[in-house]
Parts: sequence; C-alpha cells; structure tokens
Amino acid sequence: MFDDPNVVLHCEKIDKIYPGTKALDQVSFDLLKGKVNVLIGENGAGKSTLMKMIAGIEQPSAGKMYMDGEEVYFKDTNAARAKGIGIIHQELSLFPNLSVYQNIYMCHEKTKGGFLDDAKHIEGAKKILQRLEHEIPPETLVGDLRVGQQQMVEIARNLVDDDLRVLIMDEPTSSLSAAEVKVLFKIMRELLEQGISIVYISHRLEEIMEIGDHVTILRDGKYVADADIKDITLEWIVENMVGKNTQYHRFTRSIDLNKAEKILEVKNLYLPKTGGGWLLDDVSMYLKKGEVLGVYGLLGAGRSELFECLMGMHPEHSGEVIYQGKPMKVGTIADQLNAGFAIVPEDRQRQGLVQSLDICKNASLASLEEFTKFALMDYTAEGAAVDEEIKELHIKVADKHLPILSLSGGNQQKVVIAKGLMTKPVVLLMDEPSRGIDIGAKTEVFEIIHEFSERGLSIIVISSELKEIMAIADRIYVLSNGKCTAELTGAEITEDNLVRASYAGLGTGKSAAA
Amino acid sequence: MKKDNNQLIMTLLKGRTFIVLILLIIFFSFASSSFLSVNTLTMVAKHVALYGILALGMTFVIITGGIDLSVGSVVGLVGMLAGGLIQEGLTIGGKTIYFTVPAIIVLMLCMGCLIGLVNGLIITKLNVAAFITTLGTMYICRGLANLRSAGATFSNIGGYEGLGNVGLKSLGANWFGIPAGVYVFAILSIMAALLLNRTPTGWHFLAVGGNEKSAKLSGIKADRVKIMAYIISGFCAAWIGLINTAQLSAAHPASGDGWEMNAIAATVLGGTSMSGGSGTIIGTIVGAFVIGVINDGMTMCGVSEFWQKIIRGAVIILAVVIDQTQRNLQAKMALQARNESK
Repeated sequence: MFDDPNVVLHCEKIDKIYPGTKALDQVSFDLLKGKVNVLIGENGAGKSTLMKMIAGIEQPSAGKMYMDGEEVYFKDTNAARAKGIGIIHQELSLFPNLSVYQNIYMCHEKTKGGFLDDAKHIEGAKKILQRLEHEIPPETLVGDLRVGQQQMVEIARNLVDDDLRVLIMDEPTSSLSAAEVKVLFKIMRELLEQGISIVYISHRLEEIMEIGDHVTILRDGKYVADADIKDITLEWIVENMVGKNTQYHRFTRSIDLNKAEKILEVKNLYLPKTGGGWLLDDVSMYLKKGEVLGVYGLLGAGRSELFECLMGMHPEHSGEVIYQGKPMKVGTIADQLNAGFAIVPEDRQRQGLVQSLDICKNASLASLEEFTKFALMDYTAEGAAVDEEIKELHIKVADKHLPILSLSGGNQQKVVIAKGLMTKPVVLLMDEPSRGIDIGAKTEVFEIIHEFSERGLSIIVISSELKEIMAIADRIYVLSNGKCTAELTGAEITEDNLVRASYAGLGTGKSAAA
Repeated sequence: MKKDNNQLIMTLLKGRTFIVLILLIIFFSFASSSFLSVNTLTMVAKHVALYGILALGMTFVIITGGIDLSVGSVVGLVGMLAGGLIQEGLTIGGKTIYFTVPAIIVLMLCMGCLIGLVNGLIITKLNVAAFITTLGTMYICRGLANLRSAGATFSNIGGYEGLGNVGLKSLGANWFGIPAGVYVFAILSIMAALLLNRTPTGWHFLAVGGNEKSAKLSGIKADRVKIMAYIISGFCAAWIGLINTAQLSAAHPASGDGWEMNAIAATVLGGTSMSGGSGTIIGTIVGAFVIGVINDGMTMCGVSEFWQKIIRGAVIILAVVIDQTQRNLQAKMALQARNESK
C-alpha cells in the first residue's frame, strides 16, 4: 500500500527489460501533485521509457504503480487516459494527412445522432488554440504547418477533455522558438493552478531551472538522485547526469598536429529541415591530416547530418567544402567514396551491414571494383585483401565465409570499419563507432582509431559518450541544435565545457523557423 | 507570376480525373456515333456499377494502407454459391432446403464479410503482408468457386415458382429504365461517404493509414480498423457476385476474373494514395466512371482487346505519375511559401 496526498502517482521498483538491454533497473519515482516534475538524464538513461510505462504505451517487466492509494496497471493508453494521464510525445505523433481539428479530436470525437459534429469540433479546436495563443485555422492540414505549430496541436490534443490529472511532456520544446516556449510555460503554469501535475523531460537545463519544481536524475536506467530545484545548481545536475565511473586511457600522439596540413575544411554549411528551421546552421570546421577530430552533441544536434552532407546524401545543403587544398563539389555517394571519403554509419544493422551476405562480402562490398579481372570478380584477390584487414583489425573470425551475424557486435563493427578502410580512404567518418559493443571491443576500436591516425589517416568521430570522445579526440567540435557552439582542444576538453556547449544552441531566443 | 501558374496547375491536377472523364466522353461521342445513345449509356452505367462497387470497398482497404486482391475471386465464389443455392438448394442429411432470394442475398453478403474477416485476421493477427494474404485467398476462392460445380455453369438461376425462390434475376434487370446495379451503387456510395466523412470510424480509417503508430498511441484499435476495411471490401464484392450473376442469368466459376485490377485502377485514378491515409469516395466514383468509359468506349470504337489492355495499363501508370507530380508540386509550393514568409 502506498498513500501520500502529495503524490499523485508512485512507481515502485520498475524494471523494463528489452531483448539484450535493461532499460529501467529498479526505478522508483514519485510524481508530485501540482508540481512540475523534471526528469533528466543523458540519451538512453531511461527517461522516455519510464514515461511510456506511466502513459500505458508499454508495460513494466516488474514493479508496481500506485494512484490514490491503489495499485494501477495500464494495459494501453486508453487505460492510462481513463485515469487522467495524458502524454505529449517526444516525436510528434500527429496525422499529417488530416486537418488540425481532426487531429485534436482524434479518438475524442463529438457526435450528434451517431454522426460527427464538425461544427462543434471546429469551434472547440478554435477555443483550445486560442488558449494556446496559436490561432491556426482548424481546417488547415497538419502536414502544412511548421513544426512549432504542430507541437502546439500536439499539446492541444491533451486539453480536449477536462479530466486531465497528469500531463507528461517529453521534450516538448525541442522544436519550439523562444516565443513559443514562453507561451508553453504560461500554459503549464495555468495547468498547475488547475491542479494538474506535470512531468517535464527536457535537455535544456536553463529551462528546467526556470519552470521546474522537483528534479529526478536517471543514468543508465537507474535512479541517481532527486531534489527540489530551489536547493540545487546546474553543476549539481551535470555532475549527477554524467557520473564519475568509467575512465578510458588517453592516447598520446606522436604527430605534431600544429604542423600538419588541413586536409578538409567546411565553411558555412547549411542544411534545411523539412517543416522549418535548419538541421545544420552555419557550421564551419576543419580537419588536419592524421588528426582524430571529435564531434560531440545531443541527439538531433545535427551530428549525423554533417556526415551525410559530406557523403553526398543531402544535395540540398549549401556551403563550401575545401578538400586537399581545392574546392570540392560534393557529388553522389559513389563520387565521395572515390574521392577518398569513407563512412562507418551510426546504425550498424540497418546502414552498416547486409545481413544476408557473409563476412567477406560485407567487408569488400564498397570496393568490389578493385577486385575484378576482365569485368569478372577475382575471388583470390578479394579474399586476400579481406584476410589482410581481418589480421590488421584483429577481427576474431573462424572462417570469413560465415554469416555476418555469427560475429559478436564488436567484431561486426570491426567488419564495418574494415569495409571503410578497404576503400583506401583519406578521410574516415565514424558515427558512434562504439555504440552497442562491450567495453573490451570499445577499447579495441579506440586502438584502431589511434593506430590509423598515427599512420596519417584523418578521422572524424561522432560520439555522445563524453568519456569516450574525451579519450580519443585531439580536438572536439560541439554541435547544438545545428549550430557549432564550441571548438575545444587540449586542456579545454572537460566534461563541463562539453555539456555546457551542447546545450548552448538551444532556446537562445533565435526562432527555430523564422 | 510563377506562383499563380503553380496555383492553376494545382487546381487542374486536383480535378484531373473529372477533366479526363469529360474529355473521354467528348472524344468517344465523336469517335463513335452511337456512344451518346440511351442504350450505350445504360450499358456503361451497368459496367461502371460493377467496377464502382468493388472500388468502394477497395478504397477503404487502400486508405488503411492495404490492398485486397481477392475481390474478383469473391465475385466468382459468391455467384457460384448463390447460383447453386437456387438451382440445387442446400442438401443436409438427405433433405434439400431451398432458401428465398432475400435469405440468399443476406447469406451471400455474410459470406463476403466472412472472407473479408479472414483476410483481415490473417493480415493483422498473423502479420502477413496484405498483398500475400489476399493473393492467397484470391486463389482459394477461385478454387472453391470451381469446386462447387466441378467447373460447370449454373444456368438456371431464375428459380422455381413452386419453391418460392424466384427473383434474383431482377437484380440484373432495369428498374424504371436504369440497371438495378446502379441503384445499389448509389446507395452503397452514400453509405460509404457517410461512413468515411461523417463518423468517428471514418477518421480512424484515415488515421491508421496516415500514421499507424500515432493512431495506436491515440488509443485507436488499429487492427480492428484494418479488419473492418477488409470486411467492407468483402461485403462489396459479395454484392457484385450477386448482381453479376443476375445480369448474366447464370453463375459461372470464372466470373470476376481480374476485376480486382479494375477496382484498384478506379480507386487509384480517384486519387486514393497507395501509401494510405488519403482518399475520397467521390474520387473513387469518378475513377470508376473513367475505367468504365474507357473500356466500353474502346470496344465501341473497335479497338482490339490486346490494345485495350495496353491502353488501360498506360492510363493507370499515368494516373500515379500525375499523382506524384501533384505531391512534389505541393511540397515545392509549401517550401516556397516558407521562404517568402522568411
């Protein structure tokens, strides 16, 4: 039994197990009544997972939830909604093919004699949007709205019924402009006055200090700390978010990078976002020969998009690329590979590997033309080249003709790296090369990065793991909301600087979709 | 200036199927002197009703992001079952029962719904692709239709006065000079339009097709909505099984072969997106008219069956190409508007 008048919902030792990972590990959480309950943690800390349990989208593997002194179990979103729990999702969950009022009233339709009462819908939608200070015509198609306006529609959906008790907001401001955030905060305060409790997930630390009442910090699926906002500082939050455990060995460089030439330079790179705003907003950076350049940033900061531009996947980008001292026109992916770029993509299973092919073919896939004789494949040459990579990268393989999925995650990743290296690249782009592999394999991947950079290969590494990027990178650019917010070298590379810069591009008053 | 042009093109594109229909009618009335006669138009209307009713059901299926290839075979199977019930009755334990025509109609409509239910259950609960599932049931239904009579035709569907099962033929006759099928088409169209535009369920069809994940998160039972679409499609196909049998005065196991393609073509021509989430009943009706007018018009002008197939194929591809062009133009105009407001 759990009964506390100040707590609207209590989670008791919630576990959530996905195949292969434990997303939540014995997390207990009190949702305080009439307060803004803030949840903070790095990507993958389990914030959104916990909220999915509370909103009935997913069900806990173990643990209990209590409301009003009674145990509750939400088998679906309708069950949670019946208890007055609404959620605004991190990814917009609207219907772009339908109008604003249809979106707002979806599943809360008003009918008259069995038929839809659209007059009532339109009038109701107008009223709610007025309250949100966004007078969008209710007949507009949602697909034609700016992202910020869509976010408002998403919020409006939760205000249709009067029985709302808890509103979960999962990063509601990630696509809002400063003015829109102000309106949102006003609405949140109104909701609080009406006795509605709010859960607020955000990466914008300044916002949290402004609107939050109580903060709970999660890390790697575990509860770390909680406190009232008035008792704490930003430093305390960052410290608890990042933790102080694992440390990686930092490599010493034999190359003097100060004397090295610039191999690649990007100037004023812009990439437009569908629905308004920019994925990359005036990014300029350079890479020296033999350098390991780190790119740090939160999810959605534009890190992968930077690589995608360089690999020719976004012909709509604008900006200048100077490569080996000459201006370069970014062509197709094949052109970029020929020019000496290679990529180790973020999603190993979906972008890095072809699961139906064996280890050998996966490794040689990007460089098959190298191994032809009179337009036919020369399997001897191909096999020899793959063998060489296997030896060089220490890939543990019994037979290179085994299925790729027979390898461990770490060795699969090395095959993807081998594929990149077999194209004999000048610049190697690595997107989260250590994601989803064990600590031993991580260290080996870092050693590979170090070794090849010592041999003169220029490497850009994207990582969202602070400790890792601090260990391997000679210099780090921080991206935030598409903007380059810091360039750090040597002693400037500290956790504090990185975290601060990664939030710096958010909510600084510049409209997201001017 | 350029923006005005775009706007004009958009208007033309949106009304394209209707414009094409008018042009086709004008063209064929010049190409064949007898095209604009009462007899011809009655015949065209009869055919349009056949494709149109199938296309109404298909519209719901395609809006939810699926496809139903089984409808043509359901037409054949329902025709054979109905014909068999009239000519031979139902023999259970040595006793033969003859049903009245209204009872047969109700039974056959239930049969169509049942096949739709099976399609829907396999697709949603067993997670089989709609294309594969309905391809399978297409073969099964065609096989069952042939099995019913070992491939033979039931030629006496008029019924026997003494058994009280006369009357199915009137579904193939003209009522006040208009084919009975046209009335059914009209009534089903109104019901379909009301369902899609005026009920919560109608929104749910569009929501599931537009963004299934969001629909589920909104509390919509997406599986149930999809199953309902296939049931509607089976229901419509059963109507055509009955009407077609009545029109031919015979039940033939090969009836309705390939008609699913006419239904899909009419639906797509009517502007329903194959990726789901958008479509209108009025569009589908116009689409059915285009298909009917092309088919009959070409026959009347003496175009060979071989060329008819080629032209029909080209028209379908063209329709989708234009649809895609419209989407691209729409996106371009939205981007333009954004840049201007900047």
